[in-house]
Amino acid sequence: MVESVRQMGALMRKEFLLEWRQRYALNGMLLYIVSAVFVCYLSFNARRGQLTPIVWNTLFWIILLFTAINAIAKSFVQERASRQLYYYTLASPQQIILSKILYNTLLMLVLAFLGFGVYAFVLGNPVGDMPLYLLTLVLGAIGFASSLTLVSGIASKAENPATLMAVMSFPIILPLLLTLLKIAKNALDGLDRSVSWSEIGTVLAIDAIVLTVSWLLFPFLWRS
Amino acid sequence: METRFLIEDAGFHPRYIMNKNWWKALAVLILTYVILQGMLGVVPRQPILNESIRNVYFHVPLWFGMITLLLTSAIYSIRYLRNGRFDDDVVAVEFANTGILFGILGCATGSIWANFTWGEPWPNDPKLNSVAIAMLMYMAYMILRGSFDDEQRRARISAVYNIFAFAVFIPLIFIVPRLTDSLHPGNGGNPAFGKYDMDNRLRMVFYPAIIGFTLLGVWITQLRVRYRRIKAALDE
Repeated sequence: MVESVRQMGALMRKEFLLEWRQRYALNGMLLYIVSAVFVCYLSFNARRGQLTPIVWNTLFWIILLFTAINAIAKSFVQERASRQLYYYTLASPQQIILSKILYNTLLMLVLAFLGFGVYAFVLGNPVGDMPLYLLTLVLGAIGFASSLTLVSGIASKAENPATLMAVMSFPIILPLLLTLLKIAKNALDGLDRSVSWSEIGTVLAIDAIVLTVSWLLFPFLWRS
Repeated sequence: METRFLIEDAGFHPRYIMNKNWWKALAVLILTYVILQGMLGVVPRQPILNESIRNVYFHVPLWFGMITLLLTSAIYSIRYLRNGRFDDDVVAVEFANTGILFGILGCATGSIWANFTWGEPWPNDPKLNSVAIAMLMYMAYMILRGSFDDEQRRARISAVYNIFAFAVFIPLIFIVPRLTDSLHPGNGGNPAFGKYDMDNRLRMVFYPAIIGFTLLGVWITQLRVRYRRIKAALDE
């Protein structure tokens, strides 16, 4: 147990180093979400606080969804096949997928909080219950990372990964996205927190299902 | 081995039909009964629903059939991953194909029904939308399959996606509609079918209809699988 945690730590460290050495990819993702927010801001031509809460909320999550798909799509194409083979001789596939999911969660947390900051800065911040909204961001980061990492692994094996990644992720992510939107809307309106408990439970349940299935299926995926 | 099966299956010897193909006869019998009852049988009168309640024999069993077919597809994908027999993958993809067909038919029958009872063919209802999403998921499965040249890789990777998609499909179709308001019975405070919409006469047709449509789906799948096997045998 201790040994496998130590190995996962090493794999995580590898992911961070890799990202840090190819800083253009990380900077690209950061710039992607900032410019997406800015494009939306200019397209709506909205002064602060002019969007209705529903539009404000939905727009933010759509931006976050596209950013997530783009950011996580590269988790398997970054490294060459021969190097991946080398990792597989060192660690078990379960450790690899878990470390990738953990790493992607952290990446999504950074992107989500940065995106939210910029978004609230240019488009105004009508959120009523800030802690709950931030909790939604955290739940969203975990959920997006855990559902999309396996999909990205599947897409990276195919011929046109970019299109396939989008086509496969949209329907897979929708139940999660809809539930997150609901919680976020509750937080936006500042409703009593007891209203959101069942949705939070659903998100955690979906996360649990997706994580378990990823854990079980990834060993079959990397063999090919 | 392939040709032997082909010759045997082509046989219409009565004993053969009774031994191995009784379920096909059962499917034909049940569906004839269901269609006759659906067109001519006596149904309870309900406000708003009126005669459209007959659709319960077609629309609802198609959904049940779709879920069964997709579950079988996922099971065959699991079997493929466990033992690597190529045939299991063919069966899995054909069950998914028939599932998509049933899904589209279920959408079509539902649309007609919704048009008369809820006033529009596609009301913004979570159950409809979740099924539309499920269809997108399985169409993505087909597109994923199309993007591989190597058969081994295609079989293994699409099996992984098929299982993953089914694991997401379950919360999608059962949990999400229950969280939000839905026009369907059994959701958002609406009473379930079992409460008082369904009387015993309806049940006498409804339960066999589920079995009949599922058997029909299995039959379609079997024909498609055999067609594939023959094609594969001819190609070799």
